[in-house]
Amino acid sequence: MTAVAEPTPASAAPPRTGWRNLSRKRIWIVARSDIRQLLEDKGFWMPMVFLGAIFFLIIPTILLLTITKIGDVQVVSQMSQTLKVLPATAQHQIKGTSDQGRTAYALAVFLLAPVAIVVPLTISTAIGASTIVGERERGTGEFLAHSPAHEREIYLGKLIASLLPGYATTLLGFGVYSLIVNLFVGPEVGGWFFPTSQWWVLMLWVVPPFLALTLSIVLRLSARVKSTAAAQQAAGLVTLPMIGIAYSQSTGALFGAGSAGLWLGVVAWIVAIFGLSRGMRAVSRSRLLGVADGV
Amino acid sequence: MSATLPPPPENGAPPVVALEGVRRRFGQVDALAGLDLVVPSNKITVLLGPNGAGKTTAIRMITGALDAHAGVVRTFGLDPSAHGEEVRRRCGVVSAKPALYDRLDGFANLAYAAELYGLGRGDGIDGRIRAAAARFGIEHALDQRVGGFSTGMKTRLALARSILHEPDLLLFDEPTSGLDPESSHAVLEMIREMTADGRTVVMCTHLLLEAEGLADKVVVMEDGKDLVAGTPTELTRRFWPGTVVLVGAENPEALQVARNIPGVRNLEPDSDPTRLRLHLDGDHRIPDLITALVANGVRLTRAEPLEPTLEDLYFAVRTKKPIADDGGRQLTPAAEDDGPLTDRHRQVAALTGWPGAEGDHR
Repeated sequence: MTAVAEPTPASAAPPRTGWRNLSRKRIWIVARSDIRQLLEDKGFWMPMVFLGAIFFLIIPTILLLTITKIGDVQVVSQMSQTLKVLPATAQHQIKGTSDQGRTAYALAVFLLAPVAIVVPLTISTAIGASTIVGERERGTGEFLAHSPAHEREIYLGKLIASLLPGYATTLLGFGVYSLIVNLFVGPEVGGWFFPTSQWWVLMLWVVPPFLALTLSIVLRLSARVKSTAAAQQAAGLVTLPMIGIAYSQSTGALFGAGSAGLWLGVVAWIVAIFGLSRGMRAVSRSRLLGVADGV
Repeated sequence: MSATLPPPPENGAPPVVALEGVRRRFGQVDALAGLDLVVPSNKITVLLGPNGAGKTTAIRMITGALDAHAGVVRTFGLDPSAHGEEVRRRCGVVSAKPALYDRLDGFANLAYAAELYGLGRGDGIDGRIRAAAARFGIEHALDQRVGGFSTGMKTRLALARSILHEPDLLLFDEPTSGLDPESSHAVLEMIREMTADGRTVVMCTHLLLEAEGLADKVVVMEDGKDLVAGTPTELTRRFWPGTVVLVGAENPEALQVARNIPGVRNLEPDSDPTRLRLHLDGDHRIPDLITALVANGVRLTRAEPLEPTLEDLYFAVRTKKPIADDGGRQLTPAAEDDGPLTDRHRQVAALTGWPGAEGDHR
């Protein structure tokens, strides 16, 4: 054996790695591999497509078709009266001359906004919850732990792989939803009008940070829990209030003044970046190996 | 870890891995409790020990997948906790569970590793992937999902993945775990071949037969520590003193004449009552022994010099049974609370003289 030398206490903390040292290429390699695995799993993406179809295609089609084709009946008239409880700023934005036109417009622009939040959060949470604990359960965490990839690169890769499917499904669904709204409601209000500027802000500026913030929490859970089942349970508990907050805030942003959505997005991004920077510490090699204390 | 470790060169080349006084705790359990380990370059070093001895943790320390709580770790002369990327880029690891992505096909698994290790993509890499797979006889299944692979196929693919980036150090953690004997044999042959092109191999196993004939160096581990380390020859010299010849005769009683033959130190009964184990004071005595026995009218049916197997050495190190201080001529019965001791263990303990003149070999 070696000559006896006084053992030196090892540094407990991993060496610091700055953001500049992270390899974007490796982040994308991890993300791409995870996405590829998801696409190979029909059992995963079929429900994902089905969920998007329900919220962006089936429900809006039935509702808008029903309202615009029912005609001037009492139900539509009553719904039209309820629009009066909306904020004044929202009421001014409602277009249309007939009751069914105004009702359909309000439904399409204001009341179905939450679907834009529910769909990506549900899909991304389902993916994110199992992404790290899944590596550990399958034993592939060992491969990643011995690889040259930095823990942060693995974390960011997993984040992208969890975020992209949900967000991509939402954007695709949003396109379908826009078409449906314009086809069914457009003739009632004088032409194609959707997406409105608030919806563009919502989809491109507000939804991504809410998604990132939720995933930062879900990935932390995924790194810490002992099984995928436990991760799914815990993620569900975390996601429900997040959906509630996102639902109320996004609806409020649509109802509010033009800049409300922009400010909401700014706040959401700040909180999301903080959450992500904290969450990044949750992924360690010992957790990938399943030997960290508490795992 | 700031201390510089002065690893002694073995065979002129600096060791690829040097661990000194390494400790690692998991909760209340000491996975490594002061492990010293030196892995010589271009050799196969086998970490031998029971489950829980710390073999897997040692592998993880070497690549920097885990940090040491105390002690010094150097791989390629680098501290893996500070230069993890560089160290891991030069290591290829096959874990006990092949760690493959079941939903991907074989090719995608290897391509993922190739990219992660910085080899990139393209036709050149595709060729390299196919060549690595062909080396382990798994190229025919590259387009199949790994989830449908047998355990043997998965191990072959994991082996192919481990050499894809042409690492300097290969670390195999019980690579034949779950394999049938035929596949195990094939995998061990592949590991042996890998050292032919100058790689250094560290292999963990608790299967003695695996290490037999494969190991250039053996490190016996227990409770997170190294009990003893050395080449099989060195271990034999240290733990298997003298020469032992197994002799058989048509009339076993006639073999008692061997007591009076010069150079015979001891006569030990064998498990076969028609044979005796004769302890000599050197290999040079064997021809004289045979000649003398024949000259005394003994009709020999067998005369076989015994070489210790790794199993013999392993039990010699691990059982640590005391013997009478009479040069190994009489066994002291094992204490009852030491658990059952087989004849084989007693013979090994008697032959090796544990704890012996070298004392504690940790």
